[in-house]
Amino acid sequence: MGMREPKIRSMKYEEFKNNDYLEEMVKELNANGTNVVVTTADQLIDWGRSNSIWSFLLGTSCCAIEFMTLGAARYDMARFGFEVTRNSPRQADVMLVLGTITNKMAPLMKRLYDQIAEPKYVVAVGGCTISGGPFRKSYHVVNGIDKIIPVDVYIPGCPPRPEAFYYGLMQLQRKIKLENFFGGVNRKQPKPVEE
Amino acid sequence: MDIKNKISNIVPNAEFKEQGDLIAVVPADSLHKVAEALRYDKEDAMDYLREIVGMDWGETLGALYYLESTTSHNRIVLRTETSDRENPMLPSVSDLWKTAIIKEREAFDFFGIKFIGNPDMRRLFLREDWVGFPMRKDYDLKSNELNMSNEVNADTTEEYSLNPDGTLSCKHNVVFNPEDFVVNIGPQHPSTHGALRLRTALDGETVKKVDPVCGYIHRGIEKMNESLTYPQTLALTDRLDYLSAHQSRHALCMCIEKAAGIEISERAQYIRTIMDELQRIDSHLLFYSCLVLDMGGFTPFFYGFREREMVLDIFEETTGGRLIQNYNMIGGVQADLHPDFQKKVKEFIKHMRGIIHEYHEIFTGNVIATTRLKGVGVLSREDAISYATTGGTGRASGWSNDVRKHHPYAMYDKVDFKEIVYTEGDSFARYMVRMDEIMESMHIIEQLIDNIPEGEYRVKTKPIIRIPEGNYSASVESSRGEFGVFLESHGDKSPYRLHYRSTGLPLVHALDSVCRGEKLADLIAIGASMDFVIPDIDR
Ligand code: SF4
Repeated sequence: MGMREPKIRSMKYEEFKNNDYLEEMVKELNANGTNVVVTTADQLIDWGRSNSIWSFLLGTSCCAIEFMTLGAARYDMARFGFEVTRNSPRQADVMLVLGTITNKMAPLMKRLYDQIAEPKYVVAVGGCTISGGPFRKSYHVVNGIDKIIPVDVYIPGCPPRPEAFYYGLMQLQRKIKLENFFGGVNRKQPKPVEE
Repeated sequence: MDIKNKISNIVPNAEFKEQGDLIAVVPADSLHKVAEALRYDKEDAMDYLREIVGMDWGETLGALYYLESTTSHNRIVLRTETSDRENPMLPSVSDLWKTAIIKEREAFDFFGIKFIGNPDMRRLFLREDWVGFPMRKDYDLKSNELNMSNEVNADTTEEYSLNPDGTLSCKHNVVFNPEDFVVNIGPQHPSTHGALRLRTALDGETVKKVDPVCGYIHRGIEKMNESLTYPQTLALTDRLDYLSAHQSRHALCMCIEKAAGIEISERAQYIRTIMDELQRIDSHLLFYSCLVLDMGGFTPFFYGFREREMVLDIFEETTGGRLIQNYNMIGGVQADLHPDFQKKVKEFIKHMRGIIHEYHEIFTGNVIATTRLKGVGVLSREDAISYATTGGTGRASGWSNDVRKHHPYAMYDKVDFKEIVYTEGDSFARYMVRMDEIMESMHIIEQLIDNIPEGEYRVKTKPIIRIPEGNYSASVESSRGEFGVFLESHGDKSPYRLHYRSTGLPLVHALDSVCRGEKLADLIAIGASMDFVIPDIDR
């Protein structure tokens, strides 16, 4: 079954670096029996969802400051449809983890993640959230938030440039565009064990 | 009288060490006596406690007290230790300097030293159920697994006192009574500027007490330093207070250069000074944007970021980094200036001078701004010194504490600039200090930018640097106060202990006394006007 190519207005499909990853994802979903033939209604909803991502900022350190520049006029994230940032997890679609997550913060991050309504996504921004970054050897830093919560997109950098934020968030949009909204497909559900 | 004589008069058996900083070694039982005498000295009162650095010397545990006088700016270090590792105790000096309350708490958290008489001996950064003391040399780094259970915070603190027979007794002081109405602000809150948590007791809308809970971004940098070589330690300073990245790194480089006897070129000194001032402008512009944003104004946020981007562009061309530049190196700077550097800087200053009136028109004179800032959150000069709130916050209270003036480094003794001091001590004064400092920083840059001498931007150093035994320190005026580096070397290629003076910790500590009696809504504005950066507090 072929994959429908997710369209992003500002960048051609071929210009994205890791398309194979999306194709893999679709294959995996298909193999698990998920129907990824997206209907027209799905397409419409996904178009809407991917262009109005409301983010919840879990900003703990440096990366969060770099994210602030996205809100200002020069980089202006409103052009991409994710300018609505929320400070409450209850109102958000995606959690952006910006900055080092320490042992003391980890339970709080998990709690905040749990408070977001499905469907929800997580973007890990910066070396710290991906692997512990410069503080990997510390006794008080979590070496990668994916040990605690599932992560959809990783944006490497220390801190990532504003352009990198965009690239990462567009990747998230593409991922959303491939999803089947109807049919109760919850991507976080573990796959059923077949006898 | 010479300070050595003064100390010897009180404690005849005091020893002095002069490898690097002048250190007076006093026995623990006479520490308080010496400290009190120095604190209330008639000629030269050492009324500013810069830092208490907890230490583990293997056999003994102890602390170094860095004192300074606010009149003569003389400095002295006291060293004291205890050989009891099971149950280490030192006398508290928190009755002499208020800042000691939180600094001793830090030493307790990291080393387990109990300070007798300190009213608040809770952990500061680590979870209350943390086992062990991570900065001790025999601490096993793997001993505390990631604990995903929710932390319970006690509503009482411990205060230890010594019984005549040498045993300890513990009294519980109440932070919050069961009938107090406590609102929890943070650690995930847009106006705490990072992961800071304030437990706030309210009476209606009025703040009764603020209890800051730190450590949500404690990254253990100081422990990591002990296993890194000197050039490697540099990278972590940028990530402490990311809005003073240049200045913090400048301090560390200066300290290492001083200790290792490395002379840097004049060109590098010029570059460092200009970069420090650009960083200050960058930081103050962000301060403006955030303060106004916290108070509900959105347009000025765009103003601040518009000009800030120009500074970031200048940084990026030369250093390759926008927010975190990794530019200072031991022996100079990483790369030479970009050919357009001077042109761009001059353009920026011209532009900034022409446009700063917009900032003031939209906000400074605004009636909402003035009513919410003027007369709100007053910090007296006396308290500012006692709490050691350096930087703009101290200067807004009339305490002249600019390190650039009193202990000049790099090019600061060759340039002409005014130290901005206000006397009101309220949020508005704190705001104005920063706005005026932007102008002063531009004035400093203008004096240097056309005269940058030719020469090397970096002297060659060995990749492995060994520093002779001793205690060394350096401090700079970072964007938000005195950033200090305290280094103890035992002659190895990595530091025995490398401690940083946080600019923000005293500010957060002072929040309680500043906010009491103010409205909850003003707490946010007061916090923003104090301008702290949390990763620098938690380190
Ligand atoms: S990745 Fe780098 S910039 Fe981002 S939070 Fe970590 S240290 Fe700071």
